[in-house]
Amino acid sequence: MILSDFNLLSIRVLVPEIILICSALIILLLNLVVKRKETLAFTGLVGTLVSAYSSFKLYALSLSGSEFMGMFAFDGYSIFFKFIFYINIVLTIFISIRYISIEMASFGEYYALLLFATSGMMIMASATDLMVIYLGLELMALSTYILTGILRKQVRSGEAAIKYFLLGAFSSAFLLYGISLTYGLTGTTNLKEIAVAMETLNLLGSPVFLLGLIFFIVAFGFKIALVPFHMWAPDAYEGAPTSITAFMSVGPKAAGFAVLGRVFFEAFGSMHVQWSSILIPLSVLTMLVGSVTAIAQTNIKRMLAYSSIAHAGYALLGIITGTSEGLSSMMNYMLIYAFMNIGAFAVVIMLRSEGFMGEELSDYEGLAKTRPVASSLMLIFMFSLTGIPPTAGFIAKFYIFMSAINAGYTYLVIIAVIFSAVSAFFYLRVVMYMYMKEPKAEVVLSTSTAMNIALTVTVVSTLVIGVFPSALIELARMSLSGF
Amino acid sequence: MVPLSWYIVLSAVVFSIGVIGFLTRRNLIIAFISIELMLNSVNISLVAFSHYLQSIKGQIMVFLVIAVAAAEAVVGLAILIALFRNKPTVNVDEINLLKG
Amino acid sequence: MPGTYIPINYLPVLIILIAATLIGLAPLLIGIILRPRRPYPAKLSPYESGIPPVGEPRERFSVKFYIIAMLFVVFDVEAVFLYPWAVAYDKIGLYSFIEMMIFIYILLVGYIYAWGKGAIEWE
Repeated sequence: MILSDFNLLSIRVLVPEIILICSALIILLLNLVVKRKETLAFTGLVGTLVSAYSSFKLYALSLSGSEFMGMFAFDGYSIFFKFIFYINIVLTIFISIRYISIEMASFGEYYALLLFATSGMMIMASATDLMVIYLGLELMALSTYILTGILRKQVRSGEAAIKYFLLGAFSSAFLLYGISLTYGLTGTTNLKEIAVAMETLNLLGSPVFLLGLIFFIVAFGFKIALVPFHMWAPDAYEGAPTSITAFMSVGPKAAGFAVLGRVFFEAFGSMHVQWSSILIPLSVLTMLVGSVTAIAQTNIKRMLAYSSIAHAGYALLGIITGTSEGLSSMMNYMLIYAFMNIGAFAVVIMLRSEGFMGEELSDYEGLAKTRPVASSLMLIFMFSLTGIPPTAGFIAKFYIFMSAINAGYTYLVIIAVIFSAVSAFFYLRVVMYMYMKEPKAEVVLSTSTAMNIALTVTVVSTLVIGVFPSALIELARMSLSGF
Repeated sequence: MVPLSWYIVLSAVVFSIGVIGFLTRRNLIIAFISIELMLNSVNISLVAFSHYLQSIKGQIMVFLVIAVAAAEAVVGLAILIALFRNKPTVNVDEINLLKG
Repeated sequence: MPGTYIPINYLPVLIILIAATLIGLAPLLIGIILRPRRPYPAKLSPYESGIPPVGEPRERFSVKFYIIAMLFVVFDVEAVFLYPWAVAYDKIGLYSFIEMMIFIYILLVGYIYAWGKGAIEWE
């Protein structure tokens, strides 16, 4: 055992996570004494910003490689994903403040759990060891289960939580079994060492190793809601508080993709033929089921859940290519998806007011006449989710399709484009409801300063990335250097 | 010494029992227990591998798995109790408000 | 060599297991064979210190027990990490000491939180 690896200096790569966890603990303690829960939201926000600043500072040190005996990497790849998570949590806190007071669930734990979940995702993005991946994943997952069920008075919320919990725990058991098989064959849980052991022990055709790989795909498939492991997603998304739906449709998904990219590219890189041939049918199925089932939905949260399943199918193309171009376009996709999806959920949250759910599609009828600003925002987000230029969604899809064509998967891109066209049907139906129908009743929007900030940020980012994508593309490409 | 394959077979059998129990039983508590069974089967194989490979990593992993399993059980029970207060049932088929 | 292996050292254990099972079962079996069987309702009813039984034996427990049990499980299992730490303490020194203190303080925050929320108050 190398004891020299235990030096205090290596803690510095953990500073962003430590700051997040400390602020979560502070929130827990403050929650006992503070009556105004907005203070806790503010504490969470400050903690996140300090943590983001420390990540940025660490990045400026241009550290690379892994600390803690190769368990924890600090590279451009992890930083890119960490910033997706920061954006995710900051926007979620902004859209939550008003919403959870309407839902009468002003728990301080809410913000602490958001921070815990985010630190779990950050650990996942940085982990280069299967053990650490598992721990990060559980930290994220356990916090999200509780957040899903945090509206204790609503049966729906508890039901969503129990379904999410059962299937999540089931999938993480599969992950563990895969880890143990891989460990048994290679004698290590470190991703780089697994790749080395695969060469030296000549494990390429080993059926047990393939079984381990399949278990990994099952486990991560659950986390990113690939068909046929998607059953939990619509229920969990519908039953959870809407702000949490926004949070968990972006965060855990991006974290799952981060781990998927790292595990498959770093540890199983030489098995690309095997895992891509498993992932290709999954991705096609995911696009199919996501796009087609979404058409039948009348609840907008459920519709967005299926849409998020379909988006996982598109983003998976980036992984399937097996090229760094594909990986970087997957990273772009996740970032852009964060903005447009949280934006769409922010509009859904605005419609929720005292005594009015605002979750049915029919609630959007004629919204353009009564609430022109809100409906034009929704229009932009729906266009972006469909992938219509000049919005960011178009850029995301364009680059991921281009990387897939460059890697020789033209037929997959054709399928994906067809399903994109199908998905236009249900996205644009929301637009049609808002602009073509007559308003039924006056809709009260629950706005607040924080909500306005979140909407401004998301809509501006969606449009700016759509018009000037090159900076983001370059950023993603750059952060892959040294991966 | 008992050969490694025995432990692996035991672990695979226990894991399968857990999977089957989770998929077929309609009681939420049984589903919890099945998940615990799956986690513990992994523990068996990890310890066996660790002994066989003479590497300590597997045993460390078992500690972490035990701790996470405890946390998972607590979170699961808490969610279940919260749900039970609104809707007194532990039957999966009766938890059907959401149509998925 | 796998496959041909017979754990001969454990043979006594197996014999003990079989013997213990037989010795345990034998009196029951002999009793069933030898004793007369004349059941009537009063004889079949469960015996509760001579008082007629009241209510179902499977009573519901108060949810308070679950909360205590949850707290116990979490804190109990987290204590597992203290053992390997204590064993390896002299080898890894200050670094591990700091780490373990962080760990314990996180647990402490959890404890204070549970306390403040009234989770460990009985009434």
